[in-house]
Amino acid sequence: MIRQERMRIVKHKEIAHHIFEMTLAGQLVHDMYSPGQFVHIRVSDSYEPLLRRPISIASINHKDSEFTMIYRAEGRGTTMLSQKQIGEELDVLGPLGNGFPIEEAAPGETVVLIGGGIGVPPLYELSKRLVDKGVKPIHVLGFQSKEAVFYEDFFRELGETHIVTVDGSHGQQGFVTTLLAELQPEFTSYFTCGPTGMLAAIQNMYHDRKGFLSFEERMGCGLGACFACVCKTTDQTEVDYVKVCSDGPVFPAGVVSV
Amino acid sequence: MNRLSIELPGLSLKNPIMPASGCFGFGKEYARLYDLSKLGAIMIKATTLETRLGNPTPRVAETSSGMLNAIGLQNPGLEKVLAEELKWLEQYDVPIIANVAGTLTEDYVEVAKHISKSKNVHALELNISCPNVKCGGITFGTDPTVAAELTAAVKEVSEVPVYVKLSPNVTDIGEIARAVEAGGADGITMINTLIGMRLDTRTGKPVIANGTGGLSGPAVKPVALRMVYEVAKQVSIPIIGMGGVATVDDVIDFMSAGASAVAVGTANFVDPFVCPNIINQLPEKLDWLGLNHVSELVGRSHR
Repeated sequence: MIRQERMRIVKHKEIAHHIFEMTLAGQLVHDMYSPGQFVHIRVSDSYEPLLRRPISIASINHKDSEFTMIYRAEGRGTTMLSQKQIGEELDVLGPLGNGFPIEEAAPGETVVLIGGGIGVPPLYELSKRLVDKGVKPIHVLGFQSKEAVFYEDFFRELGETHIVTVDGSHGQQGFVTTLLAELQPEFTSYFTCGPTGMLAAIQNMYHDRKGFLSFEERMGCGLGACFACVCKTTDQTEVDYVKVCSDGPVFPAGVVSV
Repeated sequence: MNRLSIELPGLSLKNPIMPASGCFGFGKEYARLYDLSKLGAIMIKATTLETRLGNPTPRVAETSSGMLNAIGLQNPGLEKVLAEELKWLEQYDVPIIANVAGTLTEDYVEVAKHISKSKNVHALELNISCPNVKCGGITFGTDPTVAAELTAAVKEVSEVPVYVKLSPNVTDIGEIARAVEAGGADGITMINTLIGMRLDTRTGKPVIANGTGGLSGPAVKPVALRMVYEVAKQVSIPIIGMGGVATVDDVIDFMSAGASAVAVGTANFVDPFVCPNIINQLPEKLDWLGLNHVSELVGRSHR
């Protein structure tokens, strides 16, 4: 069920350059079931900025009725969000969208989780769920530079983890695709989230493999009503277009034309 | 006594609040959040004869207290809207106002003829004001003669009252309003979005793929209010007012300026519960104003 709730900020800190981790408490957490779903946040009670900001869920803690999200303070809205203090309340709409299908990976299988920059967070909850299920994840995470890297240790606790940076200041130098080409990992399916260019490269590189990609697009309502976030589909599907917010953000490989 | 009920041509409204066309799809997304029967009416997404896939993305851009959009009338086409969307909406006790769009007069006439026969469609809203399509849309809404002719052509075939949605992108909106009234319109809905632009400061290029888009949200309310006020003085047919409505006070303002009912657009994206919230707040607001019935608000500014 989708709810709107004023949730309380219980943790909030900068964990990498312009990257913030925020934990929110409230009953809405109990409707979060799928890693890869997102919340739609109103960063101000005024009309500035007007629209909500879609932010992906990084981890879910049902026991304490809390969830954590990680975002980059980049534009006007997320910069305002980064100035919020612990104890303040935020208007949260969610959970929205369809997440990664964990049922597609069977116990004993090895899967590869590929994340780029601010696309890395949803892979954390996904990896935890997969490990709980007995699936072995290999993480391949790409960042701009050493200052932008986050959650490396958390991912290492869950499984094999490889880091690449564009400038080579941490881990290997290059892109996730260069590392994957070198590693040639054995896997049954892949799960990925990151910038569209990265998703396109991965969908091409693994065109004959089973995979699931989480897309990002400029959104309006987040519910599927405004038709702002539509994507063209490939001719492998019957529909002419999909909406990232309500049909996705996660789609099986080959659905979205990139 | 229902203090909020409003009677308009073709429409018996439980209350004067309705989601505006293009901001509510065909209702399905919001039906997951609340009972659509609470609404006064629903203005469904513009329907064209054929399926339309709309404009390339990015289609929206935020602006100061507002947003620009250039969706481009994406919709599944008349046949599917009739068979699927309107059929599905029949489960709710709410009148539908069908927004009709097209490229040529014949398109409007064809869509109007069929969609006005639908059981739950109680009125049409002629979209002669969409700023985001190359042909049709706004080209019908900026010339009074053309607007009147289109209105008359649709009136001839429609089985339900016809409201005409006016564009604010004209020098004299009163002239267009009087023309469509003379053309036989049963009512006016206003305003559609204002054509605007946002540039990427770094590249100097438009943010929206279409280049320009329609500005909506609280930023446009003063313009919309002024136009409703002007038109209310010049026509005797009812007006459904809209443009930046986000609160119950905005509704009071539009009705005071001369609107008989009010549509809520962009605010649905910010707060999906905005329509039922406003409806719940209206009686208390009437008490505060010392009024018995919401209709007493209509045209207060002019008295």
